[in-house]
Amino acid sequence: MCLGIPGQIVEIRDTVRQLGLVDVAGVRREVNLACVVGDDHRIADCIGDWVLVHVGFAMSRIDEEEARATLKILEDIGEVQESLAAMRAGDEAMQTNGTGGAS
Amino acid sequence: MKYVDEFRDPAKARALIGEINVQVARIETCKSRPLAIMEVCGGHTHAIFKYGIEQMLPDAVELVHGPGCPVCVLPMGRVDDCVALAETPGVIFTTFGDAMRVPGSKKSLMQAKADGADIRMVYSPLDALAIARSNPDKEVIFFGLGFETTMPSTALTILQAEAEGIRNFSLFCNHITIIPTMEAICSSPDLKLDGFLGPGHVSMVIGEAPYRFIAERYKRPLVISGFEPLDVLHSIAMVLKQIAEGRAEIENQYSRIVPKNGNEQAQAAISRVFELREFFEWRGLGSIDHSGVRIRDAYAHYDAERKFAVPALKIADPAACQCGDVLKGLLKPQDCKVFGRACTPETPLGALMVSSEGACAAYYQYGDLDREPVGEDA
Repeated sequence: MCLGIPGQIVEIRDTVRQLGLVDVAGVRREVNLACVVGDDHRIADCIGDWVLVHVGFAMSRIDEEEARATLKILEDIGEVQESLAAMRAGDEAMQTNGTGGAS
Repeated sequence: MKYVDEFRDPAKARALIGEINVQVARIETCKSRPLAIMEVCGGHTHAIFKYGIEQMLPDAVELVHGPGCPVCVLPMGRVDDCVALAETPGVIFTTFGDAMRVPGSKKSLMQAKADGADIRMVYSPLDALAIARSNPDKEVIFFGLGFETTMPSTALTILQAEAEGIRNFSLFCNHITIIPTMEAICSSPDLKLDGFLGPGHVSMVIGEAPYRFIAERYKRPLVISGFEPLDVLHSIAMVLKQIAEGRAEIENQYSRIVPKNGNEQAQAAISRVFELREFFEWRGLGSIDHSGVRIRDAYAHYDAERKFAVPALKIADPAACQCGDVLKGLLKPQDCKVFGRACTPETPLGALMVSSEGACAAYYQYGDLDREPVGEDA
């Protein structure tokens, strides 16, 4: 939850909601870009950027080398797998209908 | 030094350990007692255990594992509140997976889900908002948890809900804030700390300035640190260098991620949506003034505490559990009476055993149990 995970912005999805598609360790997910855009870096400039993603929000632009080094340590401590599992759980939660109990 | 070979750059790791030893030799006080450096952030705790960083340090340096794991400091009463909200008819309760197994006084969220409550693990508060969008006949509550790192994400989610006019969404706000907590640690009479490793990603949001009081008022060095083992070693060396030179300053080892002024967009979102609470209850540490935030009146309709009946009972931690002393650095995890016996990652009694960022779970997983006692080199 707190460590975040590096990913690369591959597509802008929604300029009003400031959403982009980010490739995180091979998995693509919609991510909010509000905290990495500003007057000097518009949302259209974000494609190709490496960012540190925390719970679905890009919080910092990083360079590619930093992204790779960070991914390495996150892999070592099991956080990459944990983040990807959390993303899958989130996808499932959004697709579930009705009052699911134990599932 | 068997661990060093696992480092990305073993030669650099050896050089940093050499530097640490050089600084330690310059410091008079550590000839009579070990220097205590607290890593505030649970992410650092996890990295320190994984890479065996404590074992690489001279006996004159001790690491104290701080309270920077939001799941670990969540009081039992708040878990009970989550369960009560989740069991309210018509509610879909959404949470980060980390919180599912934290024990409440009667049950955890995991058990409440097994009992039939609609509890869903999400990756992002935006997932929770999407669930609200597609379930207009349900009330969707998001369990907001974490320090300043995750606070902007919940703030921006509420602003998004407001922009879209979504009204069946609310936040059970348990966000906590690092500065008052560090203030409480610094002013506590039973704590003897010589310096701090500052959190990386919290600092990425808040910047360097909020820590200044630690240097100015409490005369302790703080170095904002990255998470790579080389970052941690480098930051420890920087703290020791300050001590050796009689300095107490805020330094930033992680400037490649942490801008001096933090992230201004994130800060703006936080201050639009949240305000400080008078106090907030922490597991093991008790009540700390101004250490939590709540939703401002302007967004009251997104506040689950105002929208629903929340029991808000104060529940004491289990008597056998010594999480509080471990959190304050007074007790090593393996010296707790229930560590590894009644309390394991599979059946945690205390929250420090639940999260991989908790000191007890880290000790359990990576086993620091063979370490010789300080002063007995064999």
